[in-house]
Amino acid sequence: MTELASSPSIPRPASLTWNLAKPLRANLGRYILLAIAISYGVLILGLPLAVVLLEAFKKGLGSYREALLARDALGAMSLSLLVAFLVVPLNTVFGLAAAWLLGKFRFRGRNLLITLIDLPLAVSPVVAGLMFVLLYGAQSPLGPWLAAHDLKIIFALPGIWLSSLFVTLPYVARELLPLLESQGTELEEAAALLGASGWQNFWHISLPRMKWALLHGIILCNARVLGEFGAVSVVSGHIRGKTNTLPLHIEILYNEYQFTAAFAAASVLAFLALITLVFKRVAQKHHTQAASLSA
Amino acid sequence: MVPRHSRKQIVPGFGVTLSVTLFYVSIMLLLPLAALLARASELSFAQIVPIVTSERVLAACKLSLGAAALAAGVNAILGTVLAWVLTRYDFIGRRWLDALIDLPMALPTAVAGIALSALYGDRGWIGAWTSHFGISIAYTRLGIFVALLYVGLPFLVRTLQPVLAEAERTQEEAALTLGASPWQNFRYVVLPQIMPAILTGAAMAFARGVGEYGSVIFIAGNIPKVSEIAPLLIVTKLEQYDYAAATVIAVFLLSLSLVLLLIMQKLQMQSQRYRLKEVQP
Repeated sequence: MTELASSPSIPRPASLTWNLAKPLRANLGRYILLAIAISYGVLILGLPLAVVLLEAFKKGLGSYREALLARDALGAMSLSLLVAFLVVPLNTVFGLAAAWLLGKFRFRGRNLLITLIDLPLAVSPVVAGLMFVLLYGAQSPLGPWLAAHDLKIIFALPGIWLSSLFVTLPYVARELLPLLESQGTELEEAAALLGASGWQNFWHISLPRMKWALLHGIILCNARVLGEFGAVSVVSGHIRGKTNTLPLHIEILYNEYQFTAAFAAASVLAFLALITLVFKRVAQKHHTQAASLSA
Repeated sequence: MVPRHSRKQIVPGFGVTLSVTLFYVSIMLLLPLAALLARASELSFAQIVPIVTSERVLAACKLSLGAAALAAGVNAILGTVLAWVLTRYDFIGRRWLDALIDLPMALPTAVAGIALSALYGDRGWIGAWTSHFGISIAYTRLGIFVALLYVGLPFLVRTLQPVLAEAERTQEEAALTLGASPWQNFRYVVLPQIMPAILTGAAMAFARGVGEYGSVIFIAGNIPKVSEIAPLLIVTKLEQYDYAAATVIAVFLLSLSLVLLLIMQKLQMQSQRYRLKEVQP
């Protein structure tokens, strides 16, 4: 509060002495707020992260390695990576198209489309999984046809893939939309009038200005795919070595009281989360630098 | 703002992006949604009534709504404090704390779930301490509340931070020089400006909390009618091949999410309008 009062709205020395006269009382409130905020942040966010890392290495590096190199763990990790590889590019292309459409153009139904794209963020992942079970499961109208053609979607990789696509659909689009909206269309219009093709316009004009936001969206999407639990849990059927992603593997280990192994597997995802957080700061820094340069 | 249809479109790509977006949204979003609604519409009234009046379903929905509302409320207050401190004060470790806020968005829910239950269990750092006072958090409703505090916090802080950073300082300076106390300044100058953002953030945290599964089930205890949340009940019903009950609960959660999304959009438009009015002299 003190810096508000002392900021130079009225450049008179009087305001300075007035401010110095009651520093303790003014600062007391400040310290209380700081203490509340820091303890709440550490209690709610810091401790869970610390617990994961500590529990993972509790029994030493040897058993940490052993837990990660176990066959089921490796299988779960490679399945998770495969799903991410299948999901992230698709949702990136969709995110680019949707953000371009919604950010550069105004048309009827635009708000409805934004609400729809936001839906996966608001709906329970379990409900998302259930939707795919009802659409492609044995009970569904499609079920008999899929069975007749020997196509397995639910309790198999395609189900995990589809539900992961659903859950992470908004990430890239959401990251890009506010940026594209705020950038306006002047540069693209100029380039188009000077004869740039649509592709040149995108590649040389728009993409360089949104690459950091795009990269951040991709990384968020990737982290969510690798960590998705609820939706995948509903459609996967938990078949060990076959349809167990890394988060499902963690759940099984934890329920079997193999705590160290569970936390070791969890620490892999926790490190990934930390990288995601660090990258966010890097992307933001570049973004604000770019914004201040263009301003 | 470009007025609708006022001039020929110069920026390329409308047709391509429109068709890609509509195609993808139809296959990935509308088709699954339609499957759920179609399954729900097959249910007769006589099938639905026993489901929605069953004690277990009612208890689960009440618990999910109640815990999510309580957590969103607490986060609305403490999240505002955090956002205030992060935007207005400079202190050692501010950037670390700021980076940590995004953790629940980046850390998978299952990881958070086992971490929270280890932390608040009887042998955990916090659980061991509270058990001295006869309070157990893990495997009770209190555990669900704590997990939803964790899940919801970033929504409040991240919605508030930009608004607090942009808020008109001149008004605050005027209030303070005219003799307003810091509290009066916050209550009468700052709070009215940030109220839409607080409500938006709380609505987001509430929506996320009602549907949250991974970080809750490890710490919840999952006792039917006591500590069983609605998303877990969907999974349980599905495992028992009770598709009707799973569908009914899912439609309830889905409609709630839709209503909350619309409310959030309204609130966001309101706060934008407020800000526009501020900028234009």
